Amino acid sequence: MSKHTLSVLVEDKPGVLARIAALFSRRAFNIESLAVGPTEHPDVSRMTIVVDVEGTPLEQVTKQLNKLVEVIKIVELDPTMSVNRELVMVKVAATVETRSQVLDAVQLFRAKVIDVAPDAVTIQITGNSGKIADFLAVLAPFGIRELVQSGQVAIGRGSRSISERSLRPVTVPVLPANAG
Amino acid sequence: MSEEMTGAQSLVKSLEAAGTETIFGIPGGAILPAYDPLMDSSIRHILVRHEQGAGHAAQGYASATGRVGVCMATSGPGATNLVTPIADAHMDSVPMVAVTGQVGASMIGTDAFQEADIRGITMPITKHNFLVTDPADIPRTVAEAFHIASTGRPGPVLVDVAKSALQADTTFEWPAELHLPGYRPVTRPHAKQIREATRLILESRRPVLYVGGGVIRAAASQELATLAALTGMPVVTTLMARGAFPDSHPQHLGMPGMHGTVAAVAGLQRSDLIISLGARFDDRVTGNLDSFAPGAKVIHADIDPAEIGKNRHADVPIVGDVREVLLDLVKALRLESDAGNTGDYEAWVEFLSGVKATYPLGYDTPADGALSPQYVIERLGAISGPDTIYTAGVGQHQMWAAHYVGYEKPRTWINSGGLGTMGFAVPGAMGAKVGCPEATVWAIDGDGCFQMTNQELATCAINDIPIKVAVINNESLGMVRQWQTLFYNERYSNTDLHSKRIPDFVKLADAYGCVGLACERPEDVDATIEKAMGINDVPVVVDFRVHRDAMVWPMVAAGTSNDEIKYARDLAPQFDEDDL
Repeated sequence: MSKHTLSVLVEDKPGVLARIAALFSRRAFNIESLAVGPTEHPDVSRMTIVVDVEGTPLEQVTKQLNKLVEVIKIVELDPTMSVNRELVMVKVAATVETRSQVLDAVQLFRAKVIDVAPDAVTIQITGNSGKIADFLAVLAPFGIRELVQSGQVAIGRGSRSISERSLRPVTVPVLPANAG
Repeated sequence: MSEEMTGAQSLVKSLEAAGTETIFGIPGGAILPAYDPLMDSSIRHILVRHEQGAGHAAQGYASATGRVGVCMATSGPGATNLVTPIADAHMDSVPMVAVTGQVGASMIGTDAFQEADIRGITMPITKHNFLVTDPADIPRTVAEAFHIASTGRPGPVLVDVAKSALQADTTFEWPAELHLPGYRPVTRPHAKQIREATRLILESRRPVLYVGGGVIRAAASQELATLAALTGMPVVTTLMARGAFPDSHPQHLGMPGMHGTVAAVAGLQRSDLIISLGARFDDRVTGNLDSFAPGAKVIHADIDPAEIGKNRHADVPIVGDVREVLLDLVKALRLESDAGNTGDYEAWVEFLSGVKATYPLGYDTPADGALSPQYVIERLGAISGPDTIYTAGVGQHQMWAAHYVGYEKPRTWINSGGLGTMGFAVPGAMGAKVGCPEATVWAIDGDGCFQMTNQELATCAINDIPIKVAVINNESLGMVRQWQTLFYNERYSNTDLHSKRIPDFVKLADAYGCVGLACERPEDVDATIEKAMGINDVPVVVDFRVHRDAMVWPMVAAGTSNDEIKYARDLAPQFDEDDL
């Protein structure tokens, strides 16, 4: 399998997203998806990065990421031991004739209508990428007018937290660096 | 204890607190506030003529002393002129802090006069960088910058400070400790990996110690010498590691790689175990990776885990400070040796001694009596000796300087290895001389390189930095010309610099307040070098007018296997493999 999901804890500082995006571009690593947001710790952001490691070993990707000073921790989430979700908002053509069929699909996939217009409905769906792809395939014949999709977010199953141990404060005493 | 002062004073005080003795720089609008308190500081500021010179000087200073080199520039063009030396320091792991002024915080992002996003620009070429807009952050940021630049795998750190932060009133408080949760370099090697490495070393029959620049940065030459003496293993030193192991040592096979010695290249190619110490399997060392050292297992010790396994699979990865790795390996191997277990490398050492004797470094002397560049460099090394610090630019003269000077000590050979920056030699020598004022410092430069940065001769003459420059003048971009000779049917597109006509390097030296000498006959070389050695109050520039068709040999053509090495044009070495 060439796709891997990485959870990356980073210091919430300006430019950190640019650093990570630039690293992927510079090292010719492929990003499939990237989502970033706050965590339970105010100084820490969490990125969920789906990487395609066809050309570069995953190890090289994580090692290079780890070299960034503001990257605190990287965990690869095993798909069987984690849950992942994406969110899609999709605007689908829905005329009087087709609306009930569209709404049936919404029900079947446990999606949700979030806006209605005379000739279209806007639907929100969350799920893993497989479910979303299936849903969009069902909607396609009705005519997808507009679509927006979030990056994937993921979290490990069970009670353990990836941030527990890694966020203990580590301090280094300051020595005059030029002392020798 | 905190004191009231301006951001500019806080910046200068922070640089002092971090131990800065010397800054190479040029003032300008955005950094101007910092230059005022600098006048009252203990820090020596050396006003260079181009910011690139400031950066390379900081690199030369750092490489010669092991301390952090510091350069300073203003926003916009001042900062972008530092990009080349920053990239160079990043490739060669040079501890350096670059301080730049930035436009005022409220102006950032407005395309203000002399605004450039230098933090964004240098993101991929710094170990880390900062933009400071709050003056209260200045001391902590400077402390972090020096800590990051000098620890782990060293590298350049840029601190960009907004002019508004320099002008504002603030309090100065030097931090007692730093909080860097994402920065924890591993320095202690894992005991299990040391055991595994020890086992492989004892089992192998054809091991080679592949020594990189990390051994010099980690000040581990002594420990390397101990390991080499204990085991008898052959040693190769990369371009960045010349001087880490004495060239005069019988176990030393020389430099490996594209222009490596036959013995060093053959040693790696035919080895069954490569012990890589602070080296990174650069393409200029390995040639075509798939055919590099096909029978070798690899022990790869590096402080940067990302280097391990990046280009070549490591059978035994060891993350750690290479000095600690060497200490641990010596300890483990000594215990084994006391118990009667030593490696059997006799046939291998004998084979390589044969290769070394059969294919020594050499060059043809031109029949018409013209001056050979290799001869000049050989004599320079012999006369000036192993305590001299030599810097170089990039190209043919650099390769000859790497081969023919003869290095005995670490930090006596300083050059631009990874980035290959032409023009490094003069400012690099300036920085080395400032860091080591007692040492003789020779910049071995090409006529092409010299014309890129020689304006720093003014800086040297004015600030009592008496460096010596040997311009190996073949009136061409010699390495490019060599490739045109070998691979482009001798079609010399844009490599003729006419430097024996323009400029007159002797007059140029004179104009810069230096002594200019010229030499074009082999019989005058020694006397000219000795004359230059006798001038120690001002910089000296010697125009060595050499013949232009000399080529760098040995050579492995780019992208081919190291097995295809030629020790002279169309001459491939023959090995008696039965000896192995």
